[in-house]
Amino acid sequence: MSAAATERPAWMERPKPVTRGARGLALIVTVLVVLVPFWVVVATSFAPDQQVIANGGYALWPDEWTLRAYELVFSGGQILRALAVSGLITLVGTAFSLACTVMLAYALARPGVVGGKPVMLMILFTFLFPAGMIPSFLVVNGLHLRNTYWALFLPVLISAFNLVVMRGFFQGIPAELFESARIDGAGELRILLTIVLPLSKAVVAVVGLFYAVGYWNDFFRAILYTDQSTMWPLQTWMRTYVVQSQNSLIQVQGGVGEQIQFAPQTVNMAVVVLATVPILCVYPFIQRYFTKGVLTGAVKS
Amino acid sequence: MSVAVKEPEARRRIRTALGRPATSSPPTAGLWTRIRRDRALLLLMAPGVLFFLVFQYLALFGNVIAFKDYMPFLGVKDSPWVGFANFQALFGEPAFWHAASNTVVISLAQLVFYFPVPLALALLLHSLVQGRVRRFVQSVVYLPHFISWVIVVALFQQVLGADGVLNGALGGSDGHLVDVIGNPDLFKPLMVLELIWKECGWGTIIFLAALAQVDEGLYEAAALDGAGPWRRFWHVTLPGLRAVIFLLLILRLGDILSVGFEQILLQRDAFGPDVSEVIDTYVFYHGIRDQNWGVAAAAALFKGVIGACLVLAANKIAHRMGEQGVYR
Repeated sequence: MSAAATERPAWMERPKPVTRGARGLALIVTVLVVLVPFWVVVATSFAPDQQVIANGGYALWPDEWTLRAYELVFSGGQILRALAVSGLITLVGTAFSLACTVMLAYALARPGVVGGKPVMLMILFTFLFPAGMIPSFLVVNGLHLRNTYWALFLPVLISAFNLVVMRGFFQGIPAELFESARIDGAGELRILLTIVLPLSKAVVAVVGLFYAVGYWNDFFRAILYTDQSTMWPLQTWMRTYVVQSQNSLIQVQGGVGEQIQFAPQTVNMAVVVLATVPILCVYPFIQRYFTKGVLTGAVKS
Repeated sequence: MSVAVKEPEARRRIRTALGRPATSSPPTAGLWTRIRRDRALLLLMAPGVLFFLVFQYLALFGNVIAFKDYMPFLGVKDSPWVGFANFQALFGEPAFWHAASNTVVISLAQLVFYFPVPLALALLLHSLVQGRVRRFVQSVVYLPHFISWVIVVALFQQVLGADGVLNGALGGSDGHLVDVIGNPDLFKPLMVLELIWKECGWGTIIFLAALAQVDEGLYEAAALDGAGPWRRFWHVTLPGLRAVIFLLLILRLGDILSVGFEQILLQRDAFGPDVSEVIDTYVFYHGIRDQNWGVAAAAALFKGVIGACLVLAANKIAHRMGEQGVYR
């Protein structure tokens, strides 16, 4: 994608207008297919109820922009609580996951560390035989983690894939750097913090995003490991009220739509927007690292 | 003289004080020496290793309940052994075979209809000469990968549902409703469609990387020899992608018995278990919901063993065909 990619190589003939037209059309269609559903959701969430009802459940362009759906969402304690649980799990889970992954990947990236090979084999074996749902459930149950927030992130603390990616990246750091740091008297932790991590921002950012997105998007662990809906993260909550039964939101909110006509879709879509916004906020910053971070790590291993 | 003797001695002492050399370890060092030398690294490894031991290996051991009559009050260890009774019960269960056949059908449908799409999209993106357009399209098509299945299903309901945009656009003319959400006949196409929408952009990454590694000189040489765009595509591009395509097919084969658990769990209620039950949802509903532990664990173990065998076999085949495969 550098300057070389923007210019046509001498040997390549200029494509025919038909080809160029077809390519352009295909690209526009692709982009629209991705973006239009998002747009429908955003527009519906800001549209007035009457318009959504008249349209039969959606809006392509709000007649007038209104924040009513969002006010309703933020007035209801349940959604706020779910939002807070999601945020907490995402922050704490990502921090723990990243720390443990970095430490393990760093140790395994150093050549000749005692026990390194068996540990690596042990981790790779889990690709072939991942622990299933029922055995994991039994372990979480046996450790008395059910109905605790720990159960929402500890069972998936380290992803073997992320670990392998990160180890591959660390292995690409020249050995001389370690050697000279050692001679300057730095300990392992110091080398990790002052030399390896600053060089590995790309892979740490990408792996961190993967973990964060995984925690933010998870709805199933809360179903599996908790009994009370007060512990539900936002996605689990959305599964019940947005995906499964579209109309129960009004009851949940507690008799809001008495006299005024009320379109549940506006509130549903406002929740969907709220659940998507955090990802959209981080995405542009980390997106440029994708190729660099993931592929260099993955290709090497 | 004395200096010459002391010099290596001092260096050796510095080395021992520094602990492990950064590049390689002396093969003669004893185990305890090596453990002492690496204690800092071992400490760094500890939390991660503990995680894998508890949540992967201890859990793996929990699979023994497939051979037991598991009773929660007795625990895994004290529940009585029943041999293969759980497997016999499972294989005599029509619901399981129904779920298994659904799994294979959905999986194959996703393989046949989904697999070529990222490849095609990657080729399209690769053919773009303008870097800026390409970067923009890439950022857009990667995005759905990071959106949860809950939101994806909600989006599809909003667009294709009874009150959705599609019905609004079509229904206005003759009042005929296009019933996609909740229509059992359309469940499998919908699964494929959702998968394509969510993952096909992200799937291009690996193909784009492979395309970037194809030597530009090969294209140039082919063009000088008079090969048109199609012949260059056939003789340069496709061979360059061969290894990646094989790799992905092998990995996919191992997962043939696990199709989009979250995706299906979300829509099982709308479409009914008849069309949407797969092995994973069978395990969840029969094992954890209905407390039918042993039989469900047997189903999961059956799935795991078949998956692992398929990966091993596919890898063998790939080696025979002169490809690298997943490992060695």
